Amino acid sequence: MSSSKSLLVHGYEVVIGFETHAQLATQSKIFSRAPTAFGAEPNTQACAVDLALPGTLPVMNRGAVEHAIRLGLALGSHIAEQSVFARKNYFYPDLPKGYQISQFEIPVVQGGEVSFFLGDEKKTVRLVRAHLEEDAGKSLHEEFHGMSGIDLNRAGTPLLEIVTEPDMRSSAEAVAYAKELHKTVTWIGICDGNMQEGSFRCDANVSVRKPGAELGTRREIKNLNSFKFMQQAIDYEVRWQIEQIEDGHAIQQATVLFDPDTGETRAMRTKEDAADYRYFPDPDLPPLVIARDWVEQVKANMPELPRQMAERLVRDYGLPEYDATTVTQSPAMAAYFETTAKASGQAKMASNWIMGEVSRRLNNEEKDIAQVPVSADTLAALLKRIADGTVSNNAAKQVMDALWSGEGQDVDAVIEAKGLKQMNDSGALEKIIDEVMAANAPMVEQFRAGKDKAFNALVGLVMKASKGKANPQQANDLLKQKLQ
Amino acid sequence: MNELHHLGVAELAAAIADKKTSSVEAAQHLLARAKEHQNLGAYLAFNEDLTLAQAQAADARIAAGERGPLLGVPLAHKDIFVTQGFPTTAGSKMLAGYQSPFDATVVSQLAAAGAVTLGKLNCDEFAMGSGNDNSAYAPVHNPWDTARVPGGSSGGSAAAVAARLVPAATGTDTGGSIRQPASFTGITGIKPTYGRCSRYGMVAFASSLDQAGPMARSAADCATLLSAMAGPDIDRDSTSLDHPAEDYTRLLGLAREGAMAAMPLKGLRIGLPTEFFGAGCAPDVLAAVRAALSEYEKLGATLVDISLPRTELSIPVYYIIAPAEASSNLSRFDGVKFGHRAAKFDDLADMYKKSRSEGFGPEVQRRIMIGTYVLSHGYYDAYYLKAQQIRRLIAQDFQQAFTQCDVIAGPVAPTVAWKIGEKSDDPVANYLADIYTLSTSLAGLPGMSVPAGFGAANMPVGLQLVGNYFKEGELLQTAHAFQQATDWHTRAPQGF
Amino acid sequence: MSLTLSDIGRIANLARLELSGTQSERMLGQLNGFFDIVEQMNAVDTTGVEPLAHPTAVIDHVSLRLRPDVASEPNNREANQKSAPAVERGLFLVPKVIE
Repeated sequence: MSSSKSLLVHGYEVVIGFETHAQLATQSKIFSRAPTAFGAEPNTQACAVDLALPGTLPVMNRGAVEHAIRLGLALGSHIAEQSVFARKNYFYPDLPKGYQISQFEIPVVQGGEVSFFLGDEKKTVRLVRAHLEEDAGKSLHEEFHGMSGIDLNRAGTPLLEIVTEPDMRSSAEAVAYAKELHKTVTWIGICDGNMQEGSFRCDANVSVRKPGAELGTRREIKNLNSFKFMQQAIDYEVRWQIEQIEDGHAIQQATVLFDPDTGETRAMRTKEDAADYRYFPDPDLPPLVIARDWVEQVKANMPELPRQMAERLVRDYGLPEYDATTVTQSPAMAAYFETTAKASGQAKMASNWIMGEVSRRLNNEEKDIAQVPVSADTLAALLKRIADGTVSNNAAKQVMDALWSGEGQDVDAVIEAKGLKQMNDSGALEKIIDEVMAANAPMVEQFRAGKDKAFNALVGLVMKASKGKANPQQANDLLKQKLQ
Repeated sequence: MNELHHLGVAELAAAIADKKTSSVEAAQHLLARAKEHQNLGAYLAFNEDLTLAQAQAADARIAAGERGPLLGVPLAHKDIFVTQGFPTTAGSKMLAGYQSPFDATVVSQLAAAGAVTLGKLNCDEFAMGSGNDNSAYAPVHNPWDTARVPGGSSGGSAAAVAARLVPAATGTDTGGSIRQPASFTGITGIKPTYGRCSRYGMVAFASSLDQAGPMARSAADCATLLSAMAGPDIDRDSTSLDHPAEDYTRLLGLAREGAMAAMPLKGLRIGLPTEFFGAGCAPDVLAAVRAALSEYEKLGATLVDISLPRTELSIPVYYIIAPAEASSNLSRFDGVKFGHRAAKFDDLADMYKKSRSEGFGPEVQRRIMIGTYVLSHGYYDAYYLKAQQIRRLIAQDFQQAFTQCDVIAGPVAPTVAWKIGEKSDDPVANYLADIYTLSTSLAGLPGMSVPAGFGAANMPVGLQLVGNYFKEGELLQTAHAFQQATDWHTRAPQGF
Repeated sequence: MSLTLSDIGRIANLARLELSGTQSERMLGQLNGFFDIVEQMNAVDTTGVEPLAHPTAVIDHVSLRLRPDVASEPNNREANQKSAPAVERGLFLVPKVIE
């Protein structure tokens, strides 16, 4: 349940529920053996079953069911021992059979919740259900002398439709929910999460009401295919609905599309009689029965989930919650962190470097952590050298540059080659200090006269003379002694 | 051999195997004969080159020493089965000239057994009808009286087998579409347990009822075909039963356990549902059925009265469930991917409506309307759900009955074949005539029609035998014993 | 209960069928004729009776068979589109779809 005291917009409470269509990362379609790969030539991946050719029948893909079980386990849902496929009947050119095979009365995944942080406030959104269904094809609206072209390659791609309670109270919370769900489905490997290609499509049901009033009439914003648009679309929709109500107009239930160019939502042309889908159990498909031991098997192979892992990183490595959450954005980053932390024994330093130096470089090159050119072990080796005082933090950044560009591979070799080793031999350092003091007698006088500033200036000169190799702490101490 | 059209499957297979004739000769002879009798309206399509190529391949297998009960035997398929090389229309204008890129599982299994496809057989549009007068192409005539219907929906299959145009054919039975035309044309046909034969490649009418089966002159020939047609289709049909294929000929000619050859059916309890023998059934039909039953007594069977109390309810229950499923199954015919598209239309919605109204005949449109209505918002519970509940009660009634008997027997239809056009304007009258076959289909039980003599106007009458689930073997054994003692199944209509 | 012409119109539209005035009249008569024989269902007490969707479920439990997740269907576009009313560049053509 959303714990948040609702933040009002012009005295209205915003109420948001989500329906997310996640394409499941299977090899074959949900009811046929055609491949699911994206971007093939039109209708080359639509087999007889996908095209609903006369005489064809559906045969269920085990992989799709297993993905549904994984989601259910990840979100603490009940996985139905028996669920039923139903036909949703309506005519549309991208729907080859004239009905969509979906689940209606008894879905495979029931209940559950998604928890996440909004700022530092923990939020929980309750799930109603997640059901298996088949995706439709695509209508291409580019001109074909006044006609539309239908590509059915996508038809039959397995989907999980994940439906929440209307628990969200702001566009920010909605986006945070969507990001957490996105993180979860990609983390457990059931969806590639590619929003541009439509692998993760969000519909937001938005309504507003005076606090404590009945739920307002909702409008559904369809196909929000980026987190940025999601926030814009919901904010626009909320403003629009409040204006309507303030102007004395009632909200009509509708399905709307967000136009990124105008930043506005507009009502879709409503499909006639879309309301009467004539659902009934699909006689081509007996009930889906999921044995408990199958669920146990899947559970045994589930990866540690991001939230659990973050908690463990706080516990075992003493990381701050913020660091722990940040380095568990993806399995790859989490693995990169943990290997580095283990190998270096410097957990906090590791998270600092990954959130800072590493992420900054990746962002500049628009790369993903999976493509990081410096291995976790190499980074760990570098962090060790900082820790044991061989290089200063600044010098370490120069080493990182060389490792990143490929100019060097071995940390110590780079330090050597670039001569970045800190001077830890006190004899040599004393000599430099003596020279600096001799060359700057006036400054020494000022210090002795009580001008503390002069000390920092002297330290700076010493560091400069050592070409940055002096260990700053050591330089400090020695200088102090000599100035006594 | 110029009389080989009189041979049944077994005799023809033997003649081919013994080189008395060849598959090619048989195919050519039967093709010529089929064309000679095209006025019956039994065939919708031929592909002579393909047929002869298949026959040559069969002859080659025989030359190589192969043997098989169907090897080289010409058969024909109801046009509900999709086939490569022959157009598949389902008797509808909607699918005129439709070319399937694959064969139905039943078709490919028969082909694998060496059977040769002569052509595609006429049927009621999308298998919806009981007189074969709902075909968009031509009505089929009953060879016993060409002014009468052959029954439906597998009327082309029945007429072709009865008229000796083909030794055996495939049919499909949703509410009686194998049993009733078999009865009307004096041949033998069996609808196996629902899920015994794959539905893959059958143009769907009512998914929870459709079932393929063989139609031939004898129970023995039906057993031979069914052995090749049945079996699980794990890869293609989720409703095909996970029961291994059987040799349905294994019990033929054997006396029942503990029985003597003289009285081979001793100990067999035949249940007679009182509801099947009431005033609703024409006296001539009842007379033939009772005569057949006393024949069974001579063979050692005992007759026991049973009750199937919801027999009358099976009519509304069936005519709600089947049209509901059909209305959804037929939504794919929208003029987009295949099938008829109207020449003129204003927009997308108009294209759908015009294409479907032009492509579907009146009975199909009627059933789509009924099915759409009973599934629509606010009516689902009162009609579809209620019908599915009563369906369970009907199925339980049969299980109750089978505690008192081994086989259930009765008429297949209340009358003999009626005159073409007699009922075409009265859909409800057609529905009522299905009363004895619908409950078996709703329960998914195996049922068959066995020639049992003649009734009014000297038209054939069939005896219906219904067994419990998976008892096809026993049913065929029971029918075969009868056919060993009688010759009704060997009678040919005048002029054929 | 008895259907009306407006019911016929609504159902025909749902089913994407176009019926002329006279066809609608005939359809109305025939459907009402049918629903007269449906009346008798109301007399049956079905409380607590589970609907029977798959016939053999009467005697034993039926459950959905699952196939391994393997993509094995080759591209068969040409054969699959052989009977298509209108195709261009591999796409099925339909009157403009407006959303």
